[in-house]
Amino acid sequence: MSTLTTQDTLSPLLETAPSNFATARSAAKAIFLQEGLPAVKAEEYKYTQIARKLEKEISSFQQAQPADITSELIQKSIFEGFEGHLIVLNNGKWDATLSSLPEEISISELEDSSIPVGTIAKPEKDPFVALNQSSFASGLAISVPKKTQIEQPILILSVNQTNGGQVVQPRIWIEAGDFAEVTFIDQAVQPLDGALFSNQVVEIKGGHNSKVHYYKIQNEGKESIEVSNIETDIQKDAQFTAVTISLSGDMVRNNLNLNLLGSNSEGNMYGLYLLNGKTHVDNHTNVDHTIPHAESNELYKGILADSSRGVFNGKIFVRQDAQKTNAFQQNNNILLSEDATVNTKPQLEIWADDVKCSHGCTTGQLDEEALFYLQARGIDKLQAKGLLLYAFAGEVLDHIEDENFKNYCTGLVQQRLGSKF
Amino acid sequence: MLSIKNLHASVEGTPILRGINLEVKAGEVHAIMGPNGSGKSTLASVLAGREEYEVTEGEVTFQNKDLLELAPEDRAREGVFLAFQYPVEIPGVSSTNFLRTAVNQVREYRGLEALDAVKFLSLMKEKMKLVEIDQKLLSRALNEGFSGGEKKRNEIFQMAMLEPTLSILDETDSGLDIDALRIVSNGVNQLKSDKNATIVVTHYQRLLDYIVPDYVHVLYKGRIVKSGTKELALELEEKGYDWIKEEVDSATV
Ligand SMILES: Nc1ncnc2c1ncn2[C@@H]1O[C@H](COP(=O)(O)OP(=O)(O)O)[C@@H](O)[C@H]1O
Ligand SMILES: [Mg+2]
Repeated sequence: MSTLTTQDTLSPLLETAPSNFATARSAAKAIFLQEGLPAVKAEEYKYTQIARKLEKEISSFQQAQPADITSELIQKSIFEGFEGHLIVLNNGKWDATLSSLPEEISISELEDSSIPVGTIAKPEKDPFVALNQSSFASGLAISVPKKTQIEQPILILSVNQTNGGQVVQPRIWIEAGDFAEVTFIDQAVQPLDGALFSNQVVEIKGGHNSKVHYYKIQNEGKESIEVSNIETDIQKDAQFTAVTISLSGDMVRNNLNLNLLGSNSEGNMYGLYLLNGKTHVDNHTNVDHTIPHAESNELYKGILADSSRGVFNGKIFVRQDAQKTNAFQQNNNILLSEDATVNTKPQLEIWADDVKCSHGCTTGQLDEEALFYLQARGIDKLQAKGLLLYAFAGEVLDHIEDENFKNYCTGLVQQRLGSKF
Repeated sequence: MLSIKNLHASVEGTPILRGINLEVKAGEVHAIMGPNGSGKSTLASVLAGREEYEVTEGEVTFQNKDLLELAPEDRAREGVFLAFQYPVEIPGVSSTNFLRTAVNQVREYRGLEALDAVKFLSLMKEKMKLVEIDQKLLSRALNEGFSGGEKKRNEIFQMAMLEPTLSILDETDSGLDIDALRIVSNGVNQLKSDKNATIVVTHYQRLLDYIVPDYVHVLYKGRIVKSGTKELALELEEKGYDWIKEEVDSATV
């Protein structure tokens, strides 16, 4: 069986990659040429055979060029009820005219900045980060100055409109200054059907006392293949919260890495995957406690129907210096069909001795006792199921602080679960 | 109203009910007593439609309908109410939301208009008084973290909200202190009319001082082995179940 070589993947992408960030790019290129895409047996990707998937679905690794998109399309793509600011990425490239941001925020093409790309999301950690760093076509730098609170969320709307079988590589650098507060909503839309490979890298630098929320919703095309790499450095007294809601796609891999670098910092990771058909969603999270007195909380929940597949891998590192760490992790899954599968693995590595860590994972069916109880009160079986599943999912949705986005997600989840509550 | 004929049921191939016969008419209160494990909860569950119990023989008609043909939710809509021996805790489902859905689905089935939020709340207020249930409990998730007594009270509160024709109370007295027992029984008695009926499952006579039965039946090894009036309950209280067990066991040897 043939496999995708680095020549197949990287070479066509490099043709359209600009020559900026030469040092960073060549370092990443060296790594990717060495590593290639994850092999069948690669430990970190063993349940998510993304190379095989790409080989099957992506005709050639052509970088998608910006497409013709109109403001009508943008209006149509923004979720109902949204109130906030907008960043539009057109096949990965920032479209300034379609975007609208408050003046406190500075934004520029990555190309025009001196951003140290690859210093937070390091190319040696993951081949997809290396691929992106060596060949991304265009990037974006967003900076929220210190002591600036951006009240309304910023929607990063990726419009991925390719001619099928192409590659989109968004590259974003976010900096929140000391005491800055900001919320991002990351959503991709795919106006045309067809396979597509999105390989995103987002690096987030949170200053002292900053508060960053990063919400991601994945409900684009049924045929999209996506790798999302989000990594953040969290400084003293700062808080970072990620909520990742995955509803559709062909194969999705989310790498979310949190580095707790200052005392009293807090990292939160919440996720909900609600899957059907043959959708495959893999959440790999990693939180690194490097200093004392930091906290991390993690809750991922999955509901899997049909022959969908979920993967959860949660790594928690507590370094020797990281005394008084609090780290909590939980992953719960409900399987609605015999053909649905979940592979869940907590991975805790703790070198400090004075820490509070807990983790747990469960995989089961819908609670039959509870279902019968609701039916015995006159509630239709389908609705009763919806009600129970929604209650299960709600625990994750509750962590979304932006009401409009929360309502939107709630609506999508309820629609999927066929419940009306 | 309810007619059970030669009802046999099993769980995973093990027969538990082995030929139950029972006739319940409107206005009546029947008590079903019997030692632990005799099949009382199984009978209650079969009537409510729990799927893990397989009916292998017999028939049950409720208001001229074949009860066994109906889905659990349709039995409830027809007017059967089971107060669970062990009410289930359901995290994340608000008590109020749940009840409103239940009440409106039952009303829809009965051809009544759905209650809007205002009407629903005033109905709730009215029924809450009946069992003296605290508003705070109902603002929590359904039964979550409720004490045993609170759960039982919530069952009777739900019964009051749904206005059933046939109520089956499975060990509603267990876990209740004497004050709570009085309040809960009082609620049940107030809901009684000549149009509905109650089956009270218990293995203590205590409850029957408050909810006075017209008939008392003793269930043992999946059969009703003795029927009588409320005096039978007093006799059981005094003498225990051993004499009945002996009677039955020696007769079947
Ligand atoms: N779901 C079940 N699975 C297996 N056995 C059961 C189940 N439910 C009841 N039984 C058995 O059936 C018998 C009757 O139980 P139950 O109806 O709960 O008795 P009671 O309510 O009179 O105490 C017991 O022996 C019990 O262990
Ligand atoms: Mg019982």
